[in-house]
Amino acid sequence: MVPPVSREAAVAATRCSVRRGLGGGRLVRRWLALVVGRDRIAAWSQMTQQGAPQLPALAFLGPFYRGAARVGGLLGGVLAGANAEAVDLPGDRADVMYHSFIGGGVVANGPAVLVRKSLEDVVSLSAFNYVDSVSNASIDVVTTASPYKETRVETGVGLDYVYRDALISLTASTSREPDYVADSASIDLAQDYFGGMTTVSIGYSKGWDTVGKHNDPSFSAPANHWQYRLGATQILTPRWLVSLNTEAIADEGYLQSPYRVARVFGAAVPEVDPSTRTSRAATLRLTGSVGAQGAVHAQYRYFWDTWDIHAGTEEVGYSQYAGKRWLLDGFVRHYSQNHASFYSDNFTSEMTYMSRNRQLSTFNDLGLGAKASYSMIREPGRYEIKFNAAYEWIRFHYNDFTDIRTGQLYSFNANVVELFFSATF
Amino acid sequence: MKFQRVIYLSLLTALLLGGCGIEPWVKPYERERLADPIMQSSRDALADKHHEHVYDVREAARGATGIQGGGCGCN
Repeated sequence: MVPPVSREAAVAATRCSVRRGLGGGRLVRRWLALVVGRDRIAAWSQMTQQGAPQLPALAFLGPFYRGAARVGGLLGGVLAGANAEAVDLPGDRADVMYHSFIGGGVVANGPAVLVRKSLEDVVSLSAFNYVDSVSNASIDVVTTASPYKETRVETGVGLDYVYRDALISLTASTSREPDYVADSASIDLAQDYFGGMTTVSIGYSKGWDTVGKHNDPSFSAPANHWQYRLGATQILTPRWLVSLNTEAIADEGYLQSPYRVARVFGAAVPEVDPSTRTSRAATLRLTGSVGAQGAVHAQYRYFWDTWDIHAGTEEVGYSQYAGKRWLLDGFVRHYSQNHASFYSDNFTSEMTYMSRNRQLSTFNDLGLGAKASYSMIREPGRYEIKFNAAYEWIRFHYNDFTDIRTGQLYSFNANVVELFFSATF
Repeated sequence: MKFQRVIYLSLLTALLLGGCGIEPWVKPYERERLADPIMQSSRDALADKHHEHVYDVREAARGATGIQGGGCGCN
């Protein structure tokens, strides 16, 4: 039997978020939608209008959720990317960002824009545009070719639809650069179970790439990708959540680079990768609320594929409100992998498949990141504009990839920056 | 594919469990802290997409992050 909840309790439960300027009436409705369901809010609203003295007891939620769960086969409810969290329609917002990556001879930067708007609190439409201006003088380029500049433009649209406790998301995107075109489409479904204690999500994506080659317009090779996602988030206590996300990806087609070379007895030969690859990954994440205004998270991802690569990613982070306007984040991330079965820094015999792609070598990287968000303008319940600055320092260290200019194992540092304004309305 | 079988079995299990009357042990009115944005794994989709792209084009591992990347593997 679920105990009744008073109107005061419901309002008090939203007070903290409202105080932080994260929305007023809209946020209250969304929070209530999260915890009691949209249909019940509508019923409550109707009862209130009819003079009902107080918020009805939540006891009726039991059969409601059981009924919803029974029709869970619909699995309506989707979060793009199978991010297994409680089902809710994404809020209206607009982001304008400048991003930058500098490291290893590569400078990649540019603007990005995201706009999301809901219609009738049932459908949310989104669109984004992302530009990468790349100046590439990486070790691969300077040792085998000439530095170059190019621009990649990615554009995408999305639609999210809420039906009862379910969310359905459809997205499509296209990424274009002079020698590579990537199109993709995806569908994700998420559904709450057990009174909102558990959220299950599934997703599927298909990608169609066309690989080209500079100065050779006749070269064109396809590569296709299939992604299957399954995830679940579980409420453990009033302060702790745990989630498990899994994903399998199958690739088929031209998976290598038309420019990269392998080395056999020191001589450069074109690299040859297998034309198929299947990978699997699972991420376990634990998130907890600590203190009055803080949160901590820890996650681990294990990855393995048919190219004999095994990798682990560990990350811990902490978030803290500072006053009414600041939100600060910090994290540490570590990644390590072993090399693919057909990777070698310098082959001693000719093989069917040969690669010297350092992305397939044995290496590790360590990242230290921080982020600050400042609420510039805030009208609770109406809109808010924030300025955000994020920075990450990453150290890459390769264990079996040498800089052929020096004969030493290769390593480099990278600096990643994101500066953006975000408006919620 | 084994993974697809796992998905189908998981969905079947979820459907069967859907009929069970498991009562929430964390009541709706106790979820204030869980609803706070700082509990989300991804608060800013655009910035997270950029970070994910940085990792995707330099690491062999991919997927299960809840964030979709895109584009080439340009190094």
